[in-house]
Amino acid sequence: MSEPAARTDPPFAPLAINVPLVRKILVRFIQNEVRKVGFERVVLGLSGGVDSSLAARLAAEALGPAAVKAFLLPYRGSDPRSRADAIAVVEQLGISCQEIDISPQIDSYFARFPEADQRRRGNKMARERMTILYDQSWAWRALVLGTSNKTELLLGYGTIYGDMASAINPLGDLYKTQVWELAEGLGVPTQIVQKAPTADLWAGQSDETELGFQYRVVDRLLYYLIDRRYRVAELEAEGFDRRFVEQVVRTVRDNQYKRRLPVIAKLSSRTIDREFRYPRDWGH
Amino acid sequence: MTGGGRLRVGLAQMDVSLGDRERNLARHREWVDRATQAGLELLVFPELSLTGYFLKDLVPDMAITLEAAELRELEALSRDCDLVVGAVLEESDRRYFNASLYLSGGELVHVHRKVYLPTYGMFDEHRYLAAGDRIRSFPTRYGRAGILICEDIWHLSTAYVLSLEGVDLIICPSASPGRGVTTDERLGTAESYGLVCRTYGQFLTTFFLYCNRVGYEDGANFWGGSMVIGPNGDVLAQAEDADEALATATLDLGEIRRERLANPLLRDERLEVTITELRRVWHERTRRPY
Repeated sequence: MSEPAARTDPPFAPLAINVPLVRKILVRFIQNEVRKVGFERVVLGLSGGVDSSLAARLAAEALGPAAVKAFLLPYRGSDPRSRADAIAVVEQLGISCQEIDISPQIDSYFARFPEADQRRRGNKMARERMTILYDQSWAWRALVLGTSNKTELLLGYGTIYGDMASAINPLGDLYKTQVWELAEGLGVPTQIVQKAPTADLWAGQSDETELGFQYRVVDRLLYYLIDRRYRVAELEAEGFDRRFVEQVVRTVRDNQYKRRLPVIAKLSSRTIDREFRYPRDWGH
Repeated sequence: MTGGGRLRVGLAQMDVSLGDRERNLARHREWVDRATQAGLELLVFPELSLTGYFLKDLVPDMAITLEAAELRELEALSRDCDLVVGAVLEESDRRYFNASLYLSGGELVHVHRKVYLPTYGMFDEHRYLAAGDRIRSFPTRYGRAGILICEDIWHLSTAYVLSLEGVDLIICPSASPGRGVTTDERLGTAESYGLVCRTYGQFLTTFFLYCNRVGYEDGANFWGGSMVIGPNGDVLAQAEDADEALATATLDLGEIRRERLANPLLRDERLEVTITELRRVWHERTRRPY
């Protein structure tokens, strides 16, 4: 997709949000879910993209900049502009940051598997970053802040136990277009909001090219499909191409496993997550 | 029938710790202290104020019986100020109910067991709880009152029955999670509850107290927005959304008589027509061959 999506177009009306209200709910969500389990701090991987920049912005407001540590975890193939954007966020928010180049461990591993394709390498990098964040969270007595948005989670556009892993996630119920709207409203640097989204797992990677559609378009479909439960015929009446609808439905279905705990073989009469059901906030 | 007089009421728009009854009971003591110091005569706590809402398998662990020590303490707290407290109630047959208890003058006066247990969308109450089967009003020292818990008020029949029993006051303890973000300043749930509560006040010409909690459970936020509605539908007090607050109002009980003289909706209610038509609908439904 050569034409970059225009981030500043008026948002699709049903997905437009009241920025101050969403900000308040998410800031308090972070305060509440972090503090009630006995923590004061969070760590997060800061890529220089809009999702992690927005999550860092919300966490800094919720817990104070001193309680947020951003980790810049580049691979040698990562775009240097991503690093520059991440540094801009760190400076804007006054949060601390640490840079750890993951190239040595990634290269060391793939020296044994030189045939590995980009997907394997990308997933490995995402999981390498996850293990660093979880280790650092323990060292700093902090929780890992997630940055996956609703579009990514539904489409499975993320690495299971990699970037999809976190302790708490303030963005998981916001579509990508809503992330843009909130980020812009909260003063995330313009160049970050405007740039084409990329997982930056290899040079020149673009989410929208890889997915085969624009976030603005798929978010509109997901809204009708997931939030409003439209049927395929009704989606066609809304002007969506049937093949596109079927592709998205299949993608959401095929990635359901990523959104759940591993399936457990049932033997007893009280199996975890089947009959054994407790709230996550048990006792808090 | 209400003669008149005034009643100082308060809504304890509080946060609740999920699955920590002891801590929540301590909070009730503090709120009752505040209420007493403010000279309140009735203090309403939210739904499941002793336990938290999304209990799941904690329901049996959090339940109390009518003989529980906690209940004796709550009764003692009600000596100077009437209380409405939310609890999981365990019956001797081991059924568990989402209940609200009305306590007054050091005694338990009334128990309402939630009739409509939401089991759809984000709710799963019927998996864990038994549904109550009574909608009853009860006398208080200021007039007749009735309790409906949260989802109960989304069924017109509940408030209608209480209204025909002649209540002066409907009390609705709630644990409503906020949802529905649009460009509006308030959440969709806040807007719709506002509409429902005001409608009941005006249609039934009664006072209507809606007490919702705040805080988060498993990522869901409770939006607060507790309100006191007058018998003409006016909002007499309204707590801010999302923050803990003690919303208070002085109810002029004479307003009920004045409102019902001006708008004798209750006088003109045709109970026999309603019953006849409901019976007909029931017969038609049950006479279907398959």
